Amino acid sequence: MNGILAPLVTGIAQGSMIALIALGYSMVYGVLKLINFAHSEIFMMGSFFGLFALQHFAGLNPVLATALAMILAMFGTSLLGITVERFAYRPLRGRGKSSLLRITPLVTALGASVFLQNLAQLLFTARQRPYPRLFAQTRPLIFATAVVVMIALELVVKRTWFGKAMRALSTNEEAARLMGIRTSRVIGITFAIGSSLAALGAILYCLDQGDAYPTMGVGIGTRAFVAAVLGGIGSIPGAMLGGLLLGVLGELVKFSGFEGSVDIPVFIVLIAVLLVRPAGLLGSTRAEKV
Amino acid sequence: MRIAHPTRALRTKTGTPLLSIEGLEVHYGGIRALKGISLSIDQGEIVSVIGANGAGKTTTLKTISRLLPITAGTIRYDDRDLGAMSTEEVVEAGISLVPEGRAIFPNLTVRENLELGAFHHKHRQTMAETMEDVTKLFPRLGERLGQDGGTLSGGEQQMLAIGRALMARPSLLLLDEPSLGIAPKLAQQIFAAIRTIAEAGMTILLVEQNTRLALSVSRRAYVLRTGEVSLEGDAKDLAKNEEIQKAYLGGV
Repeated sequence: MNGILAPLVTGIAQGSMIALIALGYSMVYGVLKLINFAHSEIFMMGSFFGLFALQHFAGLNPVLATALAMILAMFGTSLLGITVERFAYRPLRGRGKSSLLRITPLVTALGASVFLQNLAQLLFTARQRPYPRLFAQTRPLIFATAVVVMIALELVVKRTWFGKAMRALSTNEEAARLMGIRTSRVIGITFAIGSSLAALGAILYCLDQGDAYPTMGVGIGTRAFVAAVLGGIGSIPGAMLGGLLLGVLGELVKFSGFEGSVDIPVFIVLIAVLLVRPAGLLGSTRAEKV
Repeated sequence: MRIAHPTRALRTKTGTPLLSIEGLEVHYGGIRALKGISLSIDQGEIVSVIGANGAGKTTTLKTISRLLPITAGTIRYDDRDLGAMSTEEVVEAGISLVPEGRAIFPNLTVRENLELGAFHHKHRQTMAETMEDVTKLFPRLGERLGQDGGTLSGGEQQMLAIGRALMARPSLLLLDEPSLGIAPKLAQQIFAAIRTIAEAGMTILLVEQNTRLALSVSRRAYVLRTGEVSLEGDAKDLAKNEEIQKAYLGGV
């Protein structure tokens, strides 16, 4: 492959991984109107869980080992995500004066992020741990996983009771409760799904290009957060679109020979989009009741 | 119109109160919004609560649905204490609220809105049957099942909100200002539907600013004034009451 095609393909692969992480930000924002800054650390933890699992399954067929590692890491991050929600966010829900109602959980999210990063340094040390090179080509795996996840997620959101409850909760919490929806349960499951997608993204990312280390969530997490905002935070298709756009854009920037950081043009695009569409590309433009 | 819940039978016998509120006090936004009100509804009755803005009508309904905390007093429903229940449990016990301002889910389709009404039982056959009844009651909804709820007109959204509440197969329906902000012709249609629902045997507690409409469908009524019950009685008698005529019926 040569010319512009190569960066496009790389960009879509990169973008799919970013999208998997962006979905977690967007889904949680949808139900809680909270930017879960700890999500990037869930991603980081997912890459460690995946690494340990892969080391454990070292003798197995690489595809099988990867599949098992994915399942275990998804399970681990789900528990972690639910725990963060249960102990960091839930006690604050509905508390405080109206002006602080959103700020307090936001600060707590930052705190949870710092806590998890330091916990990882304590547990795993700060050194970079290389992932095993299991596949000569990781892109087919990335594409396949991303497509399966997006279709599955679409089905869950559109067809299941949980999906309907989640969408109802994100539009009107009080009305959702009047339907008999147990909102705490829906929030917990949303955290579990978002966190397990972050684990998937983490394993794919590390298999493709990297090591696992405690501060790895910062860079990727920021990118994924930007993708979620670009696509319209709270919107699931928006997170997918934002991720893909960001991935392709990043690779095109490299291809163009631009020598600065990829983040500069990415943020220029973000600002430009938000100036025209403050709610993001696919975000709801309906005025939010406060 | 099928209204009884297929699996949940009421313990209350006809003629005894299905819901009874005693000495209910509620603080809302720093104000003592209800100052010890008492009211009761028998099974199969349609009772309205009328009064000016800020009298505590919506507060009463929201407290029954356990969206607001109780300061003092009791709410008993079918032999149970609602004070100890959550909103979700109240719905499961058979009380559905059609909230003020409708609160439909605008980005979900009409069908999905209705399905969510059945969330607490998720019983397929009951859902299909009730959906059929609801679309018979409100043919406009039947024509718009695939449309997003947000694309409906105000009156249609009110129909959707009532339909969604019926999908829960409640034993007691709480209606908060069903005529608010709706064209008079559609309001008439909605009240005709409320009458149909009542005739099928539904117990209804109706909160309404449009006193004339409210009294025309109700058997009994309570008049709330700044958090207290100032008058109660037969709807027909109240409609003739001079004080009511002056205060709420434009002095006819």
